[in-house]
Amino acid sequence: MRKVAIYGKGGIGKSTTTQNTVAGLAEAGKNVMVVGCDPKADSTRLLLGGLAQKTVLDTLREEGEDVELDDIRKTGFKRTICVESGGPEPGVGCAGRGIITSINLLEQLGAYSESEKLDYVFYDVLGDVVCGGFAMPIREGKAEEIYIVVSGEMMAMYAANNICKGIVKFAEAGVVRLGGLICNSRKCDNEKELIQAFAEKLGTQMIHFVPRDNTVQKAEINRKTVIEFDPTHTQADEYRMLSRKIDENRMFIVPKPMHTDDLEKLLIDYGIAN
Amino acid sequence: MDEVKSGSEIKQEVTLTYPTKVARKRSRQFIVNEVKQDEDVPEIMANVRTIPGVITMRGCAYAGCKGVVLGPTRDVLQITHGPIGCAFYSWLTRRNQTKPYTEDAPNFMPYALSTDMRDENIIFGGEKKLKKAIEEAIAIFHPKAIGIFSTCPVGLIGDDVHAVCREMEQKYPDVNIFGFSCEGYKGVSQSAGHHVANNKIFTDVVGQSDLKKNGKYRFNLLGEYNIGGDAFEIERIFEKAGLTLHSTFSGNSTYEEFASAQNVDLNVVMCHRSINYMAEMMEKKYGIPWFKVSFIGAEETAKSLRKIAKYFGDKELIDKVENVIEEEMKDVAIVRDKIKDRCNGKTAMLFVGGSRAHHYQDILHEIGIKTIAAGYEFAHRDDYEGRKILPDIKVDADTRNIEELTVEADPVAYRPRKTREELENLTKEGIRFSDYEGMMSKMPNETLIIDDLNHHEMDFLIEKYHPDLFCAGIKEKYVVQKYGVPMKQLHSYDYQGPYAGFKGAINFYNEIDRMVNTKIWAMIKAPWHDEPQLTAKYGWE
Repeated sequence: MRKVAIYGKGGIGKSTTTQNTVAGLAEAGKNVMVVGCDPKADSTRLLLGGLAQKTVLDTLREEGEDVELDDIRKTGFKRTICVESGGPEPGVGCAGRGIITSINLLEQLGAYSESEKLDYVFYDVLGDVVCGGFAMPIREGKAEEIYIVVSGEMMAMYAANNICKGIVKFAEAGVVRLGGLICNSRKCDNEKELIQAFAEKLGTQMIHFVPRDNTVQKAEINRKTVIEFDPTHTQADEYRMLSRKIDENRMFIVPKPMHTDDLEKLLIDYGIAN
Repeated sequence: MDEVKSGSEIKQEVTLTYPTKVARKRSRQFIVNEVKQDEDVPEIMANVRTIPGVITMRGCAYAGCKGVVLGPTRDVLQITHGPIGCAFYSWLTRRNQTKPYTEDAPNFMPYALSTDMRDENIIFGGEKKLKKAIEEAIAIFHPKAIGIFSTCPVGLIGDDVHAVCREMEQKYPDVNIFGFSCEGYKGVSQSAGHHVANNKIFTDVVGQSDLKKNGKYRFNLLGEYNIGGDAFEIERIFEKAGLTLHSTFSGNSTYEEFASAQNVDLNVVMCHRSINYMAEMMEKKYGIPWFKVSFIGAEETAKSLRKIAKYFGDKELIDKVENVIEEEMKDVAIVRDKIKDRCNGKTAMLFVGGSRAHHYQDILHEIGIKTIAAGYEFAHRDDYEGRKILPDIKVDADTRNIEELTVEADPVAYRPRKTREELENLTKEGIRFSDYEGMMSKMPNETLIIDDLNHHEMDFLIEKYHPDLFCAGIKEKYVVQKYGVPMKQLHSYDYQGPYAGFKGAINFYNEIDRMVNTKIWAMIKAPWHDEPQLTAKYGWE
C-alpha cells in the first residue's frame, strides 16, 4: 500500500487535484482510500457526489468509544473509500489535534490493515503545515510520499517551499519523501518553466503540468470529478496522465528547501517581475 | 564529612561540572553572602528561567494561582478548566485548612471541581463544557463567587475563559464569576501565578462588599495560607490581643472578607513574594499603608505584634499586646530552654518558597540552629536583596508576559489612614512602611544564598556540609533522607503544624529537637553509599 499526502497553499486546488487523481487510479482498477484532513470536510465531495460524509470526529463525539469502521467510511466513485476527519468550527478548539485523533482512530479500527487490500491511501491536508497536527500525516510514516500542488504564483511557491521545510524535518527521522510538484496552472507567464526550475532547485521533479480548464469548474458544480463528469474531455486525460505518473513514480527525495532570497530571485529570472 | 571549605571554593567546585553557559548562569544565582553598610548585599540573579535538564524545585503558574493563593479560600467555588490531573493534584496538597464560622456556612474545600477536558474538548473547544460546569456548580452549590482557573491546554487552544465568565455572570447576576489566565506555562515559576491571582482578586473582588467588622484595630493579614492550621493560631493571638483581623489573604478566609478588604486601616504582609502586589495596589487605590511582618518564631511574632500595636498607637492596645506576649512567652521559654542545649550549634539548610526560607531561619535561630545555606524556589531579587533594589530589576520578557496593572487612587474610596507626619514618626520609631529588607541582609557573611537550587547542587551541599537539618519540599524529601539527613518539609509541614505564633513555635521546637537529636539517621547507610549501583557521565564529558 502506498501512502500519499497532498499538500499545498490554501485554495490551490488540492482537493480537486486529489480527487481527480484518485478517480484516475480507481478507473485503472486500484483500491484507493481518501482521508480528508480539513475541518471543513470537503475533501471527498466530488467522489461522493456531495457532502454526504459524516466525519470521524463527529461520529466519535456522538457515538462515544463505540465506533465501527463502517460508521466513518463511505464508498464513492469506482469503489473509492472516502473518510473525512472533520474538526471544529473556525476559531474554536484545535483542528490539528483533531487530525491526530482521527488518524489514530482509523489505525486502531484497522482501516489500513492488509485485509482491506488497499493499493493507495491519499491524505488531503489543509493549507500550510501550521502546527503539529497538520503534520500528522507525514509523521511517523503515516504518509510516505508527498506531492505538493503549486502554481506559478509567488505565494503558492512560497508555501510549497515552507512545506518542504516541514518534510525535511520529518524525513530526517522517518521514511517520508517528496515525490514531486504538481503544477495546477494559473496561466502565469512562463509557468511550466518556472515550476520545472523550482522543482530542480528543490531536488525533485514537476511530475505533471495540469492545464487550466473550465471543465473542472463545471464538473465541480455538478459534484463530480472531471473523469466522471466528462470522461472523454482532454482534461480527464490530463488527470489520468497525472495518476499514471504517480503510479509509475520512483523518484522519492528529501527536498532541499530554498532560501527566500533565492526563491525571489528565481521568480525574477523567470520574468514574473516584468 | 569533607574538610570545611570556604563559600567561594564550594561555589567554584559545584559549578565545575556544568557546561560554560550553565556555569555562568548558576554562578550568578549561587552567592556567597557579604553584608556591607546599609544592608547592601551582593546581587543575585533570580526569577529567571530554570536551566532545561536540571531537577528543579519549582512549580507552575497554575499551581501558584490556584494551589497557593486561591486554594485556601473556602467559599469561592474553584473550577479548574482543564484535564482532570491539574485539579486533583492542586487539591488540598498544601494542607491549607479552614474553619467556617457556622456549621451551615459554605465550605467548598472538600470538593475538587474540574471541567475534566477530554480529547474531544481540545479539538472542538472547551467553552461549552465550561459554561455547563458553571451552571451545574451554581445549581448544586449556590456560591457567591466562582473562580475559573486555566490550565495549559486552555491557553493553547484559545478558549476565552473571560468571555465565558462575563456571559455566565450576566445570566447569574448574583454570582461573581471571574477567570484566571494562569496557564501553567506562563512565567518562569509559580510566581507568575501569584501575580495573576493578585490582579484578578484586586480588580474583581476587593471593593465589592461594604462589610465592616466591629473593632477598633482593623487590619488584613496578607500572604498567610493556613498551612497546618497556622492561621488558627495567629487568629487566636490577635483575638487575645484585642486586634480585629478583617481578612486573611488567603488562609481561613471567605469571599465576603476579600470583597470588603478595603475596610481596614492597615495591611500586614507575611509572604512578601506571593502577595506584595495586593498590598501595593490597595495602598495606591485605597490609601491603606502596609508593612512586613512574620509570625514564624516566638520572637518574630512578638515583634510583629508590637509593630501592629505601635501603628495603631493606642496605649491600651500596646499594654494588652505586652501582656499577651509576656503570658505566651512563659510556655515558649519552658520548651525552648529544655531543648536549646541539645539543638544549639547545629546547622540547617533551607530551600523553600518565596519567604519561608527567610522566616524559618528566625525560628531555628531561637533554638540555636545556624542556617548555613538558604534560597528560594521562585522569589525575585527584592526578596533576597530587599525592596530598595526594585528600581534596578531588569524587567525581562517572561515578566512582561504577566499583566502589570496600573492603579490609581480611587476618587471616592481613597482615604489616607495616617497623615504624612504620623507615618514619618512611625518610620522614625522603626516601622518600615512598604518595605521588605529581604533575606540576605539578615544572614551572616560567608553563608550561601542559592536561587532555584537543583538536585545536583543539593547533593553537593549535603555531601560537603552534611547539615543537621534540611528543609525543603516533597520533591527533595526522600533524596535528603537517603543521605541520612533529617528532612523537614516546609510546604506541607509533614502532616504537622501549626508552626506559626507562640503555640506553633513550641510545636516546631519540639519537632526539630526530635528530628535533629534522634540517632536513627546515623544508622542509615544507603546500599549505594559504598558501592555505586549505577554509573554514568554527563553528556558533555
